[in-house]
Amino acid sequence: MLKNRFIKQLFSSLFDLLPILAVVLFFQIAIIRQPIPDVLHLVLGMLFVVLGLALFVQGLEQSLFPLGESLAYAFARKGSVVWLLVFAFCLGFGSAVAEPSLIAISNEAARIAGQGHIIADSELAKSDYALGLRLTIALAVGVAILVGVLRIIRGWPIYYPIIGGYVAVAAITPFAPKEIVGIAYDSGGVATTTITVPLVTALGVGLATAIKGRNPMSDGFGMIALAALLAMLFVMVYGIVR
Amino acid sequence: MIAWLVHFAGVLLQTCRDILPITVIIFGFQFLVIRKPLANPRKITAGFVLMLVGIAFFLEGLNMALFPLGTLMASQLTAPEFLGIPATAPRTWLTYGWAYGFAASLGLTTALAEPTLLAVAKKVENVSGGTIRAWGLRVAVALGVAFGLALGTFRIVTGTDLYFYIVAGYGVVIVQTIFAPKVILALAYDMGGVTTSTVTVPLVTALGLGLAATVPGRNPVLDGFGLIAFAGLFPIIAVLAYVQLAHWLSNRKSKT
Repeated sequence: MLKNRFIKQLFSSLFDLLPILAVVLFFQIAIIRQPIPDVLHLVLGMLFVVLGLALFVQGLEQSLFPLGESLAYAFARKGSVVWLLVFAFCLGFGSAVAEPSLIAISNEAARIAGQGHIIADSELAKSDYALGLRLTIALAVGVAILVGVLRIIRGWPIYYPIIGGYVAVAAITPFAPKEIVGIAYDSGGVATTTITVPLVTALGVGLATAIKGRNPMSDGFGMIALAALLAMLFVMVYGIVR
Repeated sequence: MIAWLVHFAGVLLQTCRDILPITVIIFGFQFLVIRKPLANPRKITAGFVLMLVGIAFFLEGLNMALFPLGTLMASQLTAPEFLGIPATAPRTWLTYGWAYGFAASLGLTTALAEPTLLAVAKKVENVSGGTIRAWGLRVAVALGVAFGLALGTFRIVTGTDLYFYIVAGYGVVIVQTIFAPKVILALAYDMGGVTTSTVTVPLVTALGLGLAATVPGRNPVLDGFGLIAFAGLFPIIAVLAYVQLAHWLSNRKSKT
């Protein structure tokens, strides 16, 4: 039973990688037509990605997701706004810290910053920079989920915070150091992938279902977008004050 | 082999630190606030261990395959031998046509195959009573991602200001927000974050950094990032446009 589920999981993560492989192979065979160096290493790495993703999602589905979802529903029904907000912030923060693509991208950003001599090109400086970036983004996701929950409770329309966020991003960018802008703009999409999206959506939809007069469709969503916007803002501020 | 095992143990240890916060948060709230025992402690512990090992393998695989692959594609697609021009020949943005093509096809296929998007699209179709089709929504998002990535690649090649593109995109979203049906807004805004999956993000980032490193005159620090931002912005525009079109069509049908 467990074995079957895992094999299913393996296939589904292979399926995640399949479109990428198809496009890359098509371009390699039909258009580039040059030998690929180190094919064995690439293939082994791909297998690691598939295996890792399968294990990771399987683990998520039998630990973090059921626990997080039952907590989200329990808090939504409990009625204590303060606890709900504390939980919302912690959930956002914690899931963003654990997000694997965020780990990878912040390391990559630190490597590039080291090469460009934005920071010292030492292991310590780079891991400090990467960790600072990740914690900043996690903080942003936490605050965004808190605001998102408040929005659902109060029934505010989503477009106020979003348009306000757009204006804030546009206003703050000219003051941010040039080398942080690209990373800041990317961080929104990076912060919200495998762990954050399902957990946060469960919280939002759970809340919107539990509160009278809220529509899970129009009120349950919107937190991911807020998280992306706040991540952009926070990273730029991090770049300014650092 | 032994060196690799030591290295992998290091990655595992670091992953422990990464998932520690969420573990403490979930268990803390479970025991302190909800105060109910866990339903199935053994299964849950096993789940956390699987997560841990999974992330470690995934990160290792990224560094071995997806990052190098993105860099490789970027350098091959911009190499003078591939473009068929002498190394010193002047180049315009048109020289790099295949790079845009590659970015767009990558965006199109990964978005169409994205499981989260499929699930959300089905939900939307049900809730909207069939005015908004699941397939239409998926195609709209995929076209948005494809166009976004191609434009983002164009930006890297030309070295133009990221700020300008994103603010212009925001302007379009704000105008669309005024006219779009309010019910769909929250979901459309979220579409940006949903389409960039765990596998796509590293590959696309490596592609951008690689392009900025190989196109003469570009600097990875200043030009390399930003592709993910494009992939997040344009699906919002595409979804809002599709929903408006769908509404307009169904209104016209009901009038006649």
